[in-house]
Amino acid sequence: MAKGRVSVVVERCKACGFCVEFCPSHVLALSSAFNSKGYHPPHVVHPEKCSGCDLCGMYCPDFAIFATKVKTAGGDK
Amino acid sequence: MSDSLLPDILNNDAVNPVEQFLRSDRIPHIWCPGCGIGTTVNSFARALIESKIDLQSLALVSGIGCTGRVAGYVQLDSFHTTHGRAIPFATGLKLANPKLNVVVYSGDGDLSAIGGNHLIHAARRNIDLKVICVNNLIYAMTGGQTAPTTPDDSITSTNPYGVFEPSFNLPHLVEAAGAVYVARWTTFHVRQLARSISEAFQKKGFSFIEVISPCPTLYQRRNKLGDGLDAMKYYKEKSKVRHGAPTSEVGLTMTGEIVVGKFVDRDRPDYQTLMRGQFAESLGERFVEQTEMVCS
Amino acid sequence: MKADPRGVLTGIHFMDGDHACCEGALAAGARFAAGYPITPSTEVVERFASRVPTVGGTFIQMEDELAASITLQGAVWGGAKAFTVTSGPGFSLMMEHIGYAVMTETPCVFVDVQRGGPSTGLPTLPAQSDMFQAKWGSHGDYEIIALCPNSPQECFDLTIKAFNLAEEFRVPVMFMMDEVVGHMTEKVVIPSADQIEVTPRRHTHKPVEDYLPYGTNGDQVPEMAHAGEGYKFHVTGLTHDERGYPNMTPQVQDKLVRRLQSKIRDAADRIALFEEEQIEGADVVVVSYGITSRVAQRAIEAAREQGLHVGKLRLITAWPFPEKKIRELAANVKAFVVPELNLGQMVREVERAAAGQAKTFAVSHAGGGVHNPNDILKVIVEASR
Repeated sequence: MAKGRVSVVVERCKACGFCVEFCPSHVLALSSAFNSKGYHPPHVVHPEKCSGCDLCGMYCPDFAIFATKVKTAGGDK
Repeated sequence: MSDSLLPDILNNDAVNPVEQFLRSDRIPHIWCPGCGIGTTVNSFARALIESKIDLQSLALVSGIGCTGRVAGYVQLDSFHTTHGRAIPFATGLKLANPKLNVVVYSGDGDLSAIGGNHLIHAARRNIDLKVICVNNLIYAMTGGQTAPTTPDDSITSTNPYGVFEPSFNLPHLVEAAGAVYVARWTTFHVRQLARSISEAFQKKGFSFIEVISPCPTLYQRRNKLGDGLDAMKYYKEKSKVRHGAPTSEVGLTMTGEIVVGKFVDRDRPDYQTLMRGQFAESLGERFVEQTEMVCS
Repeated sequence: MKADPRGVLTGIHFMDGDHACCEGALAAGARFAAGYPITPSTEVVERFASRVPTVGGTFIQMEDELAASITLQGAVWGGAKAFTVTSGPGFSLMMEHIGYAVMTETPCVFVDVQRGGPSTGLPTLPAQSDMFQAKWGSHGDYEIIALCPNSPQECFDLTIKAFNLAEEFRVPVMFMMDEVVGHMTEKVVIPSADQIEVTPRRHTHKPVEDYLPYGTNGDQVPEMAHAGEGYKFHVTGLTHDERGYPNMTPQVQDKLVRRLQSKIRDAADRIALFEEEQIEGADVVVVSYGITSRVAQRAIEAAREQGLHVGKLRLITAWPFPEKKIRELAANVKAFVVPELNLGQMVREVERAAAGQAKTFAVSHAGGGVHNPNDILKVIVEASR
């Protein structure tokens, strides 16, 4: 069960590649689909590996991607 | 995977922690793909969150250039001023309302060329300003001319045969002028940059944080250094963290080592403390301390 | 509203124009000045530096006029009434920021104590050769307001007027003194604070969600907010829309720049201040301002003694130029005589407004001293023929 989930604001992406490169868990890759400007935004290829660290969000110069921690039901015992 | 338009991938109520600091109605912004300025804004936003700065009392002043456009994208009292003059404008703002936290967010050309005089005097006076200098080693907005920070041998539009002027070592310059906090990071160092900005917020006096950032369209391209991502990889590979390094030794070259870290963290009374002290001593009872200058 | 008594040096004084200007600024509520030394203006800020720590405010001597002219604007956005003081060479350096004040609608006062030019010129001697620069010195189309005192008393009174106009119209006001008015010492009466009217900042009372930094409701001047009040507004020198956001299209440019112009032009009649004397039935009207108006008075009186019907029109507001007044007079007089301490500046405006209905005679002087009244008299006589 992934600890984090990625959100992408597709129309903001300019396909710079920072998020793909610097995700420590290699969760992302640029997709072959494109936004209205013709850029290939990232998509999540390994969702189960996402830790929710939000490094993608910190690197993204276009505020087009971020990750949030997934809320788990109940606490750790 | 079809070649079609993608919908946003959005979690139910997930919100980008940075979004609250942005004028969302103006995004997508004008910065190029692979430009690092937006990345610095993320670090800035995180520093604001971490330091729990009261956003109402935060004012951001920028000059002209690509980095100067930051003022227009942040949801704060923000001032996009004239080329090189963000620092004196910020000085007036701070002196009129000392309760304001004033940030100057501008580029290397704006701050060290046309703005150079104001940079050194504000550092000398130790005006309580937090200066974030995004250094992309070029005049980007106007098409890639030589900046005082452009490294030796770089190709620019005004040095088409290669820059031969020695370039500024900005940390060294501002330390010599009197800054109390001097740090340098690159856009690769997102967390460290956020931390430095937070530290600067805790300090009274002239703080200067240089951020090396890619300009893929002009600096990178003209010098065949690849794109923004290639620059980020270079920063990752060639940066060396040296806290406390002598600033005389942190000069930059086109492809050499980039010394990063916190170089100066010292204490000197800031301008307003000195001013108050001088008047109190000379005038005694006659000194009327300016409380607020708000004219109704 | 009434002036704050803490800034009003009520009493009868014997002081020069520079000093009186400083007192006028304080009486008007100015609590911030940024300056740079330049003869013959420096005394204004020297006095301010000495007075303001006992009144409650700040003076900072900046590293150059480029800084001074924008530091004062930062102070305005921080909540203060602010000004700077300079002379020709410094005025030239300030031009970019005068344009910034116009574009961002920052209320403030720029004092120019004019001296001989061009370039370094005559630092300690008078001229009136920056008059056109006051209106046209910065790039782009814009309007400003310019006032010309002709005595230390007026340096006090009109400085208050300058600040009031700046606040009313959200525009930088040029206070065009000259070296003689600045350095002459005369009686200056400063009344009590409750006799001084001061225009408050046009501050918005709208809630944050309804406030548009550059929105106007019919009235051409938007309401202002200050940094630190929660409005989170944006100010830029780029062409901008009502939200203050850069919007660089010809349509927005047209709307903005025309409004910046018309907010002044449409009120020109109200703004125009002048002093008239014996205009009725005059053949010749002498149009003058500043120190030259006092020299011209001698020439006018001498001409009247010779039986000539000479009227006097002293410009107190030089910009916006009182076109309407000149046009009206031009229909009824033979000629205008315009003595100035320059090689012909405001005379061009007189000529333009007269539109050929009356002749216009310049009495030029390259600066460095005041006219010999006889030189003005000679031209009045010639104009009367």
